[in-house]
Amino acid sequence: MSYVKRFSRTERTVHWVNAAAFLLLLATGLALYIPSIEVLLGRRPLLKDIHFWAGVCWLPALVIVALLGDRRGLLATARDLDRFRPSRFNVGQKINAILTAAFAVLFTISGLLLWFGERDTRFRFASTVVLHDGLFFAALVLFIGHLYLALIHPATRHSLRGMTVGTVSEEWAEDHYPRWDARLRPGRD
Amino acid sequence: MNYNGSTLSYMPDEEQGRRIGRGLFLATVAGGISSLAWGKAAWNAVSSTVSPAVGTLAPFLPTEGWRIYTVSGTMSGFDRATWKLDVGGLAQHPISLTYDELLTLPKATQVSTFHCVTGWTVKNVHWGGVRISEIFNRVKPAPEAGALAFVSAEYPYVDFLTMQQAMLHDVMLAYEMNGKPLPHEHGAPLRLIIPEMYGYKNVKWLNKIELVPQAENGYWENLGYDRDAWVGRSNGYSGGAE
Repeated sequence: MSYVKRFSRTERTVHWVNAAAFLLLLATGLALYIPSIEVLLGRRPLLKDIHFWAGVCWLPALVIVALLGDRRGLLATARDLDRFRPSRFNVGQKINAILTAAFAVLFTISGLLLWFGERDTRFRFASTVVLHDGLFFAALVLFIGHLYLALIHPATRHSLRGMTVGTVSEEWAEDHYPRWDARLRPGRD
Repeated sequence: MNYNGSTLSYMPDEEQGRRIGRGLFLATVAGGISSLAWGKAAWNAVSSTVSPAVGTLAPFLPTEGWRIYTVSGTMSGFDRATWKLDVGGLAQHPISLTYDELLTLPKATQVSTFHCVTGWTVKNVHWGGVRISEIFNRVKPAPEAGALAFVSAEYPYVDFLTMQQAMLHDVMLAYEMNGKPLPHEHGAPLRLIIPEMYGYKNVKWLNKIELVPQAENGYWENLGYDRDAWVGRSNGYSGGAE
């Protein structure tokens, strides 16, 4: 079987740094949100510190990865995501990527407002909690769908290989992305 | 050369698809930020229209609307055998009540709404406990006592009410919540309830009440919150409670 390059090393690093931050924020966020976990752990200030600093580092870490990696490749990927037409990604994947990016920005903004609101009432809005929680539920829906397609659904789970080792089988690529010319690499490594 | 530059650049614009992605990104971010102005009103509207469904779901939701806030590393434990409520300061008969003695005092019950200053609200909470007047009947406050310090076992949490505020009809030292002993995360075994003020005045893990000449800044007031935390009329809010 022959394989074709699907994701560059920079793209994979961006993905996994984002995934690690999201999972850490999800775990600590749930522990802060659900009283029974909270009572069990009983380390609220520590959890809150981890949650806060993971949130603060989230977007800067992605920017650093992008700056140190293949910037031109990422820019080209961004331009591809902008166009709602099947290419290396289908339209559903493009919507998922764009919403995920927008949610990260909104999570950061609402999270910082929650943090500063505890220190200065000028930063406190009655709806900040609603926004942060609403984002949590919306992001969770996207995340579960993403996990299902990447890990469980038989037709699509081969794609996980593209995000781990970076390559997918040529046959699968032709089946799933007929408009993607996989002979052309998705950026440098 | 990368993939997009090679394949897309020679394609006519309509072949490449319309540039919608950036619009979706900006609209999502802008919509999210603008929700700081309308999010809570929208949520209230939605939750009141679907309230029967939410009511059915409530037992399965993790928090039933509550958020638990603490300020120290661990939540204080409760040992029924050794726990005491000390009431002293400017009083003629300082007392120290065990949990069982507390339960023998005349019991009051009420249903009230709990408002947090960060914007969430829990409606129709059933509380059971003791009115402050029952405590006063026993300790006999001295004439110079002008306020009460409510001291939490969660050091250094403390907050104050004036005598007048403490005598409001629905102020309570609550040891029961929704028909059960006050849960651990809600301040077991005893917390202050003052529905007219935001949650940070409703001291949890209460184990000491001190009669003092006048009210001072409590824990959150030292961080900039209002000392008189009237719901809808303090901390930058106006227009009253919903």
